[in-house]
Formats: sequence, C-alpha cells, structure tokens
Amino acid sequence: MSHADLPALLPLLLVAALPVLALLLSAFLRSTSALAALALVGLAASSGSLLIAHRYAPRAVSRLLLIDGFSLYALALLFSGAFLVALLARDYLLSPGKGQRGDRFYVLLLFAVAGMALTVASNHLLAFFLGLETLTVSLYGLLGFTLERRAALEAGLKYLVLGAVASAFLLFGIALLYARGGTLELTGMRAALCSLPAAPGGAAGLDPVTLLGLALVLVGFGFKLAAVPFHMWSPDVYQGAPAPATALLSSGSKAAVLLALLRFVSVSGMGTCGAVLLLLAVLSALTMTIGNLLALGEQSLRRMLAYSSVAQMGYLLLGLVAWGAGGAAAVGFYLASYLASVIAAFGVLAVLSPGRHEMDGLAELRGLGYRRPLLAGLLALALLSLTGIPLTSGFFAKLYLFRAGLEARLGWLVVLAVVNSAASAYYYLRAAAVLWGRPPAGAPLFPAASGAASSTALSLLGAAVLGLGLWPGPLFALVQAVFGP
Amino acid sequence: MLTLLLLVPVVGGCLAWLAACRSGQAARGVALAASLLALALSLALWSRWPAIGQPSLTAPLLEQQRPWIPALGISYHLLLDGLSLLLLNTTALLAVVAVLAAWREVSERPGAFFFLLLLLESSIFGVFLAVDLVLFYLFFELMLVPTFFLIRFWGYAGRAAAALKFFLYTFAGGLLMLASILGLHLARQGTGPGPASFDLAALAGTPLPPELGFLLMLGFFLGLAVKLPAVPLHGWLPDADTRAPLAATILAVAMLETGAYGLLRFAIPLYPEASAMLAPAAMALGVAGILYGGLLAFSQPNLRRVVAYGSIGHTGFVLLGIYAGTELALLGALVAMVAHMLTAGGLFFLAETVRRRCGTMELAELGGLWGPAPGLGGFTLFFGLALMGLPGLATFVGEILVLLGAFSVDPLLGGLAAAGSIVSVIYALRLVQAMVLGPDRRGGRIDDLGRVEAGLLGLLALGLLALGLHPGPVFQAARAPLAVVEQSLRASAGSGGGPQSDLHLPSHPELTGFPAHGPGRLPGGGTEKDMDMEGAAGPGFPLRAARGGSP
Repeated sequence: MSHADLPALLPLLLVAALPVLALLLSAFLRSTSALAALALVGLAASSGSLLIAHRYAPRAVSRLLLIDGFSLYALALLFSGAFLVALLARDYLLSPGKGQRGDRFYVLLLFAVAGMALTVASNHLLAFFLGLETLTVSLYGLLGFTLERRAALEAGLKYLVLGAVASAFLLFGIALLYARGGTLELTGMRAALCSLPAAPGGAAGLDPVTLLGLALVLVGFGFKLAAVPFHMWSPDVYQGAPAPATALLSSGSKAAVLLALLRFVSVSGMGTCGAVLLLLAVLSALTMTIGNLLALGEQSLRRMLAYSSVAQMGYLLLGLVAWGAGGAAAVGFYLASYLASVIAAFGVLAVLSPGRHEMDGLAELRGLGYRRPLLAGLLALALLSLTGIPLTSGFFAKLYLFRAGLEARLGWLVVLAVVNSAASAYYYLRAAAVLWGRPPAGAPLFPAASGAASSTALSLLGAAVLGLGLWPGPLFALVQAVFGP
Repeated sequence: MLTLLLLVPVVGGCLAWLAACRSGQAARGVALAASLLALALSLALWSRWPAIGQPSLTAPLLEQQRPWIPALGISYHLLLDGLSLLLLNTTALLAVVAVLAAWREVSERPGAFFFLLLLLESSIFGVFLAVDLVLFYLFFELMLVPTFFLIRFWGYAGRAAAALKFFLYTFAGGLLMLASILGLHLARQGTGPGPASFDLAALAGTPLPPELGFLLMLGFFLGLAVKLPAVPLHGWLPDADTRAPLAATILAVAMLETGAYGLLRFAIPLYPEASAMLAPAAMALGVAGILYGGLLAFSQPNLRRVVAYGSIGHTGFVLLGIYAGTELALLGALVAMVAHMLTAGGLFFLAETVRRRCGTMELAELGGLWGPAPGLGGFTLFFGLALMGLPGLATFVGEILVLLGAFSVDPLLGGLAAAGSIVSVIYALRLVQAMVLGPDRRGGRIDDLGRVEAGLLGLLALGLLALGLHPGPVFQAARAPLAVVEQSLRASAGSGGGPQSDLHLPSHPELTGFPAHGPGRLPGGGTEKDMDMEGAAGPGFPLRAARGGSP
C-alpha cells in the first residue's frame, strides 16, 4: 500500500471514520440533532470524495479492495440512499414517543454505511464478509431500535437469528471455496478453481466440493436478499421495525448485497459457469413469482412492501443472470430506481408514524389523499414506479432489464417477469387507490405537518423518481460507461 | 406544433386542477377551454394539407424528431399523416363531448377528474403521433393510469373490481408488446452494425426467422387486441364501460381505437409475413367479435351495456377489415373506426343525459321518451340507426367496404360478418324501441335536450352524415398510410414469405390495389386519375366501389 492509494481510498476512509467520530461526539453531546448533522455532513463529504477517488480509479488497494467505476458507482448509490434515510430519520427520531435515543440510531446507521461501503468495494471474500457482518450487526440494533414496541424487538431478534444462520452458510461456503482454490481473491478465483482436475460428472470443470461451496455462498446471499426460499423473515421484520430502519434494510442493505453478488459473479468468473447461472435463474424465477403471489392478498402495507421487495429482487436477479449481455448496467440503473422508490415509500410511512404507533394497515391509510395530498401523491408515485408505469423511473428500469434479459437469450425468464409485473400491478394499484378512499369514521388523524428535513428528503426522492422517468438519458450513459453496455 | 398539441390538454388539466381550489365551476370552464383549444389545434393541422383532393400525397404532413435517450437509441419522434390526423380530430371532438358530459355528472373533486380526463386525452394523442416504438409504448401504457383512477374513484357500483380488471388485462397485454418491441430491436441489432434505434422506419423490414417473427408479432398482436378488444380478450370492456363515469367512457372509446391504430401503423408493417400468416385467424376473431358482440348486445337490459357490447361488434368489423388487407377493406376499417367513435360517443352522451333526467339506464324502466322529449328521442333514433348501419351514415360506408374486402378474400367469413350486421340491426332497433317508443313506463315529465347538448349531438351526427355521404376526403387522407399496410400484407401473402415491404410508399397511389379488381376493372373506361378525383368528389363512391368489386 502506497501513499497514492490514500486518495483512491478516501471515500472508504471517511465513511469508516464517521461512526468513530459519532461515537466520540455522542459521549459528550447526547443530542439527536447534532448527531444527525454530523451524519449528513459526513455522508455528503464522503459522496464528494468520490469525485477525488474517481481520478485515481481503477486501482487495487492491497489485495482486499478494488476501487473502480463499479465500486464508485455503488458507493454513490449507497451514500445517497443513506443520506436520504438519515434525513428522514431526523424528524422521526425527534418526534415525541420515540424515546430519547436518537443519537444511537445515527451511530448504528453510520456503522451500517461503513459496512456497506466495505462490502461493495471488496475484491476479496474476507473483506466482503467483514463488511457484510458490520452491516448486519448494525442492522440488528437498528431494526429493534424502538425497544418499547414488542414488534420491533421481535423484528430485530428474528433478523439476528436468521442473519446468523445466513452468515454461517456464507462462511462455510467461503471456506469450501478456499479449501479447493487456495485463494480468497475474487480476480484469481476462477483460474484457481478451474486449474483443479475436474471430477467426473462435475459441471463445467468444477468439482462437487466447489459447487457445494458456491451453492452455500448463494444461500447466504439469498438470505440477505430475501430471495425465495429464504424470504420467510422478511414480512415480519418489515412490519415490526421502525420505518427508517426498514427503509435502510430494504434499500441500502439489499443494494449492497446485490452489488456484491454482481461483483462476485462477474469478477470471480463464476458467472461464466453454466451451473451457477442456472441456479441464479431458478432463484430469480422463484423469487419474483412467489414474492408477487404472497403480496397479492396482503392487507398490511409494510408486509406488502416486504413481499414486493422480494419480487423486485427476483427481477434484479434476472439482470444478474444476464450480466454479460448488458445485465450489469441494467442492474445498476434498476437499483437507482428501486432505491428512490422504496425509500420514498418508507419515508412516507416514517412521516406518518410520529407517535408510538407505526402506520401499517392499508385501512389506516384510507383518506390520506384528502388530508395530505402531497404525501399520498408521493406514495402513489413510488408504488407506480415499482409497478413500472411510464413517466416514472421504474418504467425505464424494467425496459432496460428486459432488454438485457432478451439479449442474453433468457426469453422464458423475461416472459415470466412480464407476467409477474402485470400481476404485481394488482396489489400496487390497490394500495395506491386506497389512499383516496373514504376514511372510516373515527380514523386516526394523520400528522398535520412534516418537518423540514423529511420534506426535503421526500421532495428529493419524488424528483428522482420523476426525473429518471422523464430524462433517464444521462444515467443510462453513466451506467453504460461504468458497467459496459 | 405536435408537441404543443400534446401539451395543451395536460397543461389545461393542471390548470383545471388549480382552478378547482377556487370553485368547481372554474375547473369545468378551464377544462372545456383546454379541450376546445386542443380541438382547434388539431383542426388547424389540416392547414398542412397541400390541397384536399390532391391524390399523390405520400410525405408525412409534419414530423418532429429529437434524441431523447441516445444511450438506448430512443428518440422523441412524432409524425403526423392523414391516418393520425383523422383520429386526432375525432379524439379531440370526443374529448369536448366528454368534458361536457362530465359537467353535471361529476360533482366530487372536479379538478382531479378533469386533470385525469385531459391527461388521458394527451396520452391518446401521443399514441396517434409517436413513431418511435418505445415512445408509442410509453403513451400506450400511460393511458391506463388516468383511466384506472377515473374508473376507480368516479365510477358506479362495482368500480373497484372493474378498474383493476381493466388495468390488469391491458397492462399484461402491453407488457407482452414491450417484450416483443425489445425482441425486434435486438434482432435488428443482431443483423448488422448501425446505431441502436427503436424507430419504426429503422425497424421495419428487419429480416426475422419465421418462428421468432411469429412469436414477436403475436406479442404485439395480443397487446393491441386486448385494447381493441378482440373477442377472447374482451372480458374487461363490458365491466369498465358500465362502471366508469360516462365522461370517461366517451373518451375511452377513442382509447379502443388506439389498438386498431397500432395494428395498422406498427404490427402489420413491422411483421408483414407473420401478419399475413395470422390474417385468417384474425379475420375469424373479427367475425366472432361481430356475432358474439351483437348477440350479447341484443340481450342486455341496460343502455350502456348494449352500447358496450355493440362496441365489441364494431371493433370486430375493424379487425376483419384490417386483416382482410385489401385497400377497400382497410379504408372501410378506418371509416368504421371513426364512425364507431362518433356513434358510441354520441350514445354514451345520450346515456348520460338520460341518466340525469330519468335516474336510470335500464331499458325496462325507460320508454316513450319521444312524447315528452322529442329532441332526445330524435337523437336516440338517429344514433340507433347509425349503430345498425343505415345507408348514408358513416357506419354503413365502413361496414360495406369491410364486407366487400372480406368477401374478396374469404367469402365464408364475409358472409358470416354480413349476417352479423343483421344482428346489429336487431339490437339497435330494440334499443330505439325500448327507449323512444312504447308506453312511458316512468311517468312524470322530463326536460328535453338543452341547447348545448343538442348542438353537441348535432355535431356528432353531422360528422356521421358527412362521412357517410362524402367520404372522399377521408379516403384521400388515409390512402398513403394504408397503402403501406396493404402492401405489407399482400407482398408477403402473395409470394409466401417473399421480399418484404420496406415502407416504400407508392408515388402515385391508386385505387387499384385490391385483388378483386383485375387489370380491366375500371367501369366506363375512365382513367385511373379520373376515378380518383371522382372518388374524392362524389357521394356515390362506395356504391361505385361496390360495382367495381362485383363482376
């Protein structure tokens, strides 16, 4: 490691220093707003430092990290997502009824961001695992943050148990790969594993132990992404956890894991192995279909969004299977659109849940369109974007994704995704329509106004969803430059 | 200019929404002004026409192209020609009718209602203008959103289910079309270098392996046939048409025609061979639609349901005409489209006036309207006659031309379709009988049509009459675009997968393209030129065309 590595590493250094600074600050000044200010300024500075790092990219920093266009784009996505979540969380935490522990929320949030950053910038399974664990451990705290609510506690605990199981699978898989190939570096992995004498019957020159290792690693990824059949934890956690934490879980955490998987598939050369691609394709088909089916009957908005996010991961996995034919760029664009939509949806829920009660059921949201038309409009916009309706970012995301799938000759999977998108319109639109339904008598009143921070965040998100729907050209050019066409 | 036309309704809609904060009446006024302005603009586009009656017009009237998403090769490409102009005009007229129908019908949240209605108008305009496939698809899907919310929030009992049903049917069809657009785009990319493009002109003539071509065409066809709707895919229409607010239904009639327009503009020229292979099946579906729609329309107890099922019959004629593919049949299909828009628009408007006056649309509870309200009765009679295709009205021209074309291609299907038009006589007469004649089962007096209502219905009726008596200009306007369709179908049907049409437009379009006419087809020894001019000028055109086709 030389001194020239430092500027390339600057974003990671900054984001790693942030939680430490936050810890120190909260030792002296236990104020939510001070910590929020630190988090916002720090995240903005980290985003800015991406421009500096960009000049030194691509650069492998030691054997653990690789700073290239891919990781810089991933970091930009994650930092902006975390920035918006931090903005939304400020008003949420300062509202009465949330306890006086907002400072800790920000410390955990910053730790989670550091973990995500390490995850997506890693070029080494060890660094990747370290990042992922940092992220997961912070999420345990964030999900169970409102301790007074049993549901939140349950959510944190469930995620803890299942997350630990997933980590064990992942670690065992990594160990198997290491045992066979003797390297943990992604770039050399394919060569190391394929130089082994192929066992008879092993697919594409990979012996059964390697395949088992790969399968276990995929199981670990599947748990974190809530891909079917590892999705069981998802609805309960989404329902119980405080809204900003859920926003982070479903946006940043999933995006980081998915991007790491994308890098694993593309850089390690595993994506040229037919068995891995087939496994991913089956996972994608199952995830989108079952996720959508489960969402159809859901009466709770949060559980519905949980299943919807499962289905969205299914679409994204389709892009992953097609990574060689433009799927990587499609995933890059889709993630940007998905992040904006999903943070907007949970952001609205966070604004609506200032007291001890977390807004959840669809029936509770009836009539929101009359009391808070802008909030209802934004929530409807986010739902339409997740459906993939024109003039929202989701439309172009799906368009690009399907194009990549067809280019990779995955016609059957694309047709399945098309059928699924059509079916998903049922629950998204039903939820959007409820917002302007007649409120039942004696319904809980919605908060009359939202704070400046969350209003800013929500308007930024709305602008992103609409802007990417009307003028997606620059982002398309960017992802094509980063991921290759 | 074209962008302006797209923007006027939607900006007007936003203004109406803002005006609604002041008063509902202001919103109505703004919406009416916007729809009138759009109508005026769309009529002003005729000024681009060199001279009505000049036959050799092949260039587009107006074209606008800008790069939109260069990274994917998507451009903002609008094109206006005779075909789209006609449909634009009719849509703009229907929008005015819809705004006026909503005047009293919608009392709740008028601002949002008019915004959605005008947004729908804008997106229909967009569908008729776009020639970039992604842009077309974008507008095509965009139509669904306002329609969904219009049905969902302002509809009648059972609206939630109807709105979702409508959305799911058409959204699923649309997504299949999207997959097929992408497939075609990639196939084009695979054939050789060249910039990525979704443009109609660039994608037409892509050589496709037959199986892939058929699959892609099927995706396109399904997407458009759901919208049309062709018979096995029509499940959403009766529900949507009877639960929606009447004003939305009126504009939704124009939305149905976007399906037929998509077939003419995109599906057939893009996949000529596969379309020719599908043609017999599609024609059979059209005939099935005519018979099935007619029979069901006959047994409906409710005014709106009669018109809704009648719509299925009419779009059956359109489908039959499009896939019969002779020039006469295509012209007939176009006239049938316009006629259906005017007739159904008028009948739904009448339904709204009747609903407001009598509080019901059940045929069993109506009757004897002629006595207390002669104007209402008269217009009901007129539109009822138009529904069954009385000679002299546009419906007749459309149906007779489609039948002639279909006969020359497949006599059996032509015969069945002719039988189907008898069914339409039966249900139309039953409608008129139940509403206008007979004893007044309701009792009490009702007001006759107001001046605005009568004027509006008169305008629609005038359109039907003009098109029925003097369809020449329409033929002139639409000949060049339709010739492309005809050539695509004929070239590939004739030579069994031979050379493809490359959107070559004949420099001198003639009335000679249909197989029924042999070389010595012109009666009376007139020159082709003479015949063109005559066709443009004389009301006898359809009859003479009939003579031409009969020997």
